[in-house]
Amino acid sequence: MRESRLAMVLLVLPALAVVLALFVYPLSLSVISAFTTKAGEATLDNFIKTAELYRDDIAFTFVIVAISTAFIGATSAAIGGYLVLGENPRAVAVLKWLYRWPLFIPFIVAAQCMRTFLAKNGIMNNTFDTLGIIDVHDAVGLLDWRGIIVTFVWKQTPFVALLVAGAMASLDRATIEAARNLGAGRLRILVEIVLPQVSSAMVVGLILSFVTMLSVLSVPIMISGGAPTMITVDMAFRINSYSDYGVANALGLISYAMTGAAAWVYLRRGVASGGRM
Amino acid sequence: MRAALAWLLRGASLGTVGFLIFGPILNLALWAVAVQWYFPYKLPLTYGLKYWYEVFKPRSDAIESLTTSILIALFTVAACLALAVPAGYALARGRLPWRGAILLAFLLPQAIPSLAVYFNVARIFYAFHLNGTIAGVVLVHTVHGLVFAVWIAAAAFAAVDRELELAARNMGASALRGFLTVTLPLAAPGIMASAIFVFLESLDEFTGTYFVGVPDVTTLPLLMFTASVAGNYQIAAITALILLVPSVGFMLFIERFLKSDVLAKVGG
Repeated sequence: MRESRLAMVLLVLPALAVVLALFVYPLSLSVISAFTTKAGEATLDNFIKTAELYRDDIAFTFVIVAISTAFIGATSAAIGGYLVLGENPRAVAVLKWLYRWPLFIPFIVAAQCMRTFLAKNGIMNNTFDTLGIIDVHDAVGLLDWRGIIVTFVWKQTPFVALLVAGAMASLDRATIEAARNLGAGRLRILVEIVLPQVSSAMVVGLILSFVTMLSVLSVPIMISGGAPTMITVDMAFRINSYSDYGVANALGLISYAMTGAAAWVYLRRGVASGGRM
Repeated sequence: MRAALAWLLRGASLGTVGFLIFGPILNLALWAVAVQWYFPYKLPLTYGLKYWYEVFKPRSDAIESLTTSILIALFTVAACLALAVPAGYALARGRLPWRGAILLAFLLPQAIPSLAVYFNVARIFYAFHLNGTIAGVVLVHTVHGLVFAVWIAAAAFAAVDRELELAARNMGASALRGFLTVTLPLAAPGIMASAIFVFLESLDEFTGTYFVGVPDVTTLPLLMFTASVAGNYQIAAITALILLVPSVGFMLFIERFLKSDVLAKVGG
């Protein structure tokens, strides 16, 4: 082609410059700020203070995000599995139509939906009350850590399920049919044949969800106001109330570290399976 | 007998899934038309559009923030496309040095928790007086939207048959003319999809606007958040519905815009 390499580089450059200036630069600023005092000297004080004040919230955040990720993985495996192995075409079509609804609904809207749905007098409790499962007068809402998990799973499952179902649809069906002819049950086919082949789509979806959940501010504020809370809320508090960039950035660094740990688990698994992921 | 049982089981499972998916949305919709609703009543006591008049009355906060949101989203789409169309084309066509690294750089804003980055952006913006301005918010939304815009544009251009472009060039068209009359129209559905997606992402964005937009820029998500935290359930529900409708609409129509041949090339 006559297109020179230089021209191509020039075409990419503006977009790349924007990402570098408005993402990579502030990112490095946040790492540096976590290790410096207000006067600009190197220090670990921010982390000591962070550990004293927010130890519980860091653990709370990790547990919430880890449990949510596990539920999202299990639910999207179940949805994808039914879509590819389900024997009733009508039920498969209904599920396919159903599961995607929350896909593009913003977190803040999902949080508002759940804030009413999971409340003591929400539709969930009232439906259970009508069905005679609980008495709404004695019931409590789920507006605490459980509500945060429910909201995350509700919002993120369609995304991961879409990726996983897409990967499953492009699988070679011969192995599935062979296993079926040999009398394997559907659950066994899903766990032993289908899931191992789509694990890379699954893990990519789960890591992106993990990162997203670590960045959401609205859900923990709107679903559960009290302590302990997620570190996103603590970061906003440090900034808005004290302009304390040191501690806020130390918390930020911890959220990067959690993501790094998740990515490391993924890469290690890739090596363990001989890089076949 | 067994068939009936299987249908019962299927119906119950799908019913439960439907309840879990639509229950929260239904609850929101009920709050949008409820005038009075309190414990222990399972349904609103009185229905009406009282709060809709309040939200949509001329020069209300909601109308103003909706206008701000749409304005910001349009600017964001323009900025993203101006950056992503050339970048996507180069990534799809050229033998770029470090192509993988560049694709990865565009992925960064999605692969790293972004909240801490946002308040550091706000800190940088103080020096440029960009906090609380439309321009500042547009810049933050542009970085966020650029990932999707660049990746989808690259996939859309990669799906265009290169021979057609070469044919135009052989007949004497300049590189720019070949691009404008052949390549761009063929990639248009994919570019269109990315534009709609960037528009929605900007319309829905909360965290970045929360840090960079204060105190002067109030978008619809920020208004919704304030109403919700203040306990104005009806106002929060109505504004949430305004945000919900385009999101669901996009979900239902995405397949018409994003053809499978483009989807298959995303990230390729």
